[in-house]
Amino acid sequence: MKHLFAFFLLVLAAALPATASDTPLKDPVQEAAARELMKEIRCLVCQNQSIEDSNADLAKDLRDIVREQVALGATPDQVRAYLVDRYGDWVLLKPPVNRLTWFLWGSPFLVLGGVLIAVVSSRKKAAVSEPLTSEEQARLDELLRAAPESDQIKGSEKQ
Amino acid sequence: MIAELGHFALIVALMLAILGATVPHYAIFRRDTRLMALSDPFAYGQFFMAATAFGALMYSYIISDFSVLNVAANSHTSKPLLYKISGVWGNHEGSLLLWVLILTLFAAAVAWRGKGLPLRFRSRVLAVQSTLCIGFLMFIIFTSNPFLRLDPAPFEGNGLNPLLQDPGLAFHPPMLYIGYVGLSIAFSFAVAALIEGEVTPLWARWVRPWTLAAWIFLTGGIALGSWWAYYELGWGGWWFWDPVENASFMPWLAATALLHSSIVVEKRDALKSWTILLSIIAFSFSLLGTFLVRSGVLTSVHAFAVDPERGVFILGFLAIVIGGSLALYAWRAPRLTPSGMFGVVSRESALILNNVLLSTFAAVVLVGTLYPLVLEAINGTQITVGPPFFEFAATVLMSPLIVALGFGPLLAWKRGRISRAAQVLIPAAIVGVVTFWLVIWDKAGGIMMTGFGLALAAWLMVSVLMEIAERTKLFKNPKKFLTRLVRLPRATWGMSLAHFGLGVIVLGITVSEAWTSEQLRVMSPGDTAEVAGFEFKLEGVEPIAGPNYTAVRAAFTVTRNGELVAPLYAEDRVFSDPPMPTTEAGIYPLFRGDLYAVIGEYLGDNRWSVRLYFKPFISGIWVGAGLMVLGGIISLSDRSRRIGAPAGRRRSKPKQPAVPVGQTQEG
Repeated sequence: MKHLFAFFLLVLAAALPATASDTPLKDPVQEAAARELMKEIRCLVCQNQSIEDSNADLAKDLRDIVREQVALGATPDQVRAYLVDRYGDWVLLKPPVNRLTWFLWGSPFLVLGGVLIAVVSSRKKAAVSEPLTSEEQARLDELLRAAPESDQIKGSEKQ
Repeated sequence: MIAELGHFALIVALMLAILGATVPHYAIFRRDTRLMALSDPFAYGQFFMAATAFGALMYSYIISDFSVLNVAANSHTSKPLLYKISGVWGNHEGSLLLWVLILTLFAAAVAWRGKGLPLRFRSRVLAVQSTLCIGFLMFIIFTSNPFLRLDPAPFEGNGLNPLLQDPGLAFHPPMLYIGYVGLSIAFSFAVAALIEGEVTPLWARWVRPWTLAAWIFLTGGIALGSWWAYYELGWGGWWFWDPVENASFMPWLAATALLHSSIVVEKRDALKSWTILLSIIAFSFSLLGTFLVRSGVLTSVHAFAVDPERGVFILGFLAIVIGGSLALYAWRAPRLTPSGMFGVVSRESALILNNVLLSTFAAVVLVGTLYPLVLEAINGTQITVGPPFFEFAATVLMSPLIVALGFGPLLAWKRGRISRAAQVLIPAAIVGVVTFWLVIWDKAGGIMMTGFGLALAAWLMVSVLMEIAERTKLFKNPKKFLTRLVRLPRATWGMSLAHFGLGVIVLGITVSEAWTSEQLRVMSPGDTAEVAGFEFKLEGVEPIAGPNYTAVRAAFTVTRNGELVAPLYAEDRVFSDPPMPTTEAGIYPLFRGDLYAVIGEYLGDNRWSVRLYFKPFISGIWVGAGLMVLGGIISLSDRSRRIGAPAGRRRSKPKQPAVPVGQTQEG
């Protein structure tokens, strides 16, 4: 079935000279859809660059494939599936959410939650001040007894 | 002979580093101040030797001495002088030598400018710095020696990657390295403070300028790199979230957090333990970045296994430095007594929120960068973690940061009132909400995200202005506005400029993402195409020859309503050594956006494939980064002016809690 489909594509591709060599599709709606898709597809020989933004030859070939598929009426999901079939998940700049990537997609929330918990607990710890030693307590009492006097001094300074 | 001199200097530098890393600890143990004072000459000596080695390598490049393997592999006689010089750090060995040069330069600067630090503490700092130096020098001498000879010497070298032959990229690595390595000072200060078991506001006062200087260079280096990507790589992409970029972005995030948390240590004597940890983390990100870029692990896990010597060395070094410093932290940090109480709503809490969000983002970027490597190593699955993931994380984590950023500077230390800050910020909130609804109503960008991004940018910029108005009492007492404006401390100006710059960056990103217009055309000379109201006319295509490349150059004239706006020249270059094509986009920046043209393939019959763009307000990204750098420089100039005086006053009144100082509104 898959082979038949591929054969069908080949025949059609041969019959569609318009898609050759990086020329935009005639239908602007289709071209816009193809463009959106290109932003999600990785240029296989670049570092994290999309085929939409790369001048590598390989990116051009992939752009032609995407346009070809869109011109044939494939939905975005079908085009993605078509490419993943050939190049693996690697070709998608946006990794699908699945068993292997839930930690990745969850990481902003997991890390943020962890850091917040750490901050709150350390603030709580810091808020509980250590009890005063007997020496410190004695000094505090002394200061408190002396306090009214010092207030008076301040008051007289103002006048 | 010159190359051997460089080689020799490296070995002497290693000897000095070993002495510099051990003698001070012994001297402190023996309480021998004369011996402690030796750490200064050790630092100067290491710098002198590293400079000699670097000079020797640069000389070999300038005279094209192809009997030196490194020169033969990376240079060529036909290269312009600028690229012969920048070629020194355009390769693995040379860039490491640059790293060591900067590391020793910073150590020498601490020895020279740090006379105000207690001798004991200064020699501890320099000892830690020398320890880092040992690691890098050993790495260079044993695995990446740039002075190895080649016999027989070839007549011609292999040349430098043409993508790197560009003025922007000639200065990008040194700036970035100054930023990376500048963080080593914060690291050395942190480790020395852990050994000494004490962190004081004075400590933060010393660390902050170094961190600020490193941050300025990191910001500048990253901006320069992204600008280079904009005009040189592909068609105007300026940030790809690729691992090499992330490697520089993570230290930047950590340094930004450190910059903010050390304010709290300096002004309020709180967050000490966390700031120490952050100093260690920030430099660890720098080391990790070097590891990621230099070990080859990025291209593939397998490339790492093919040439494991360097990778294993760096991995071991990383484990010792990061593991060792974290272990030291775990052991000694509990001794740092927490002090400086503050309420939930306060400047301190706002800065903690800043730190939480920035460090979470740094950690998430790390997860995203390493995820494909780890996954491949575990079960062989290959995935790509591309821009969509990082943009998602940036939106989730940076939006609250920008909202909070409006409030932070308006809150008082210790206990602030959110209602008072909110009152001042009402205009900013109104502008933000109106912007959002205008975008949604106009449907110009078509999507929620554009409205959201613009609202954030508007909120941030207006709130910075409102904050300045509040500080100068513009609305309460407008007569004295100008005098008050002039009297604002330079540190405040620096902060406001940097925060405003962030707003400009968000604006530039959002507007250019949403409203870029583009035409992909097949054109012959004489044809015109319209992009966003601009008429691009292809005047002609001619072959030209550069010093070491040939190119076709397309000349466009751009008009608007019949009036000439600008001429535009786009080139497609083919370099000879090594053979490789590069595109040089034709860019003309206008205030409202950039005109951007790229010439592509020749399709025969005098027809060329051409890409034409109008990218509205994209230069905001680099203008904003420039404002951040400028803000940093202004703030730094303030500190260097003030640094002596308060230190003296503090010494005369020891152990006095710094409460009155902390209550002022100064940033």
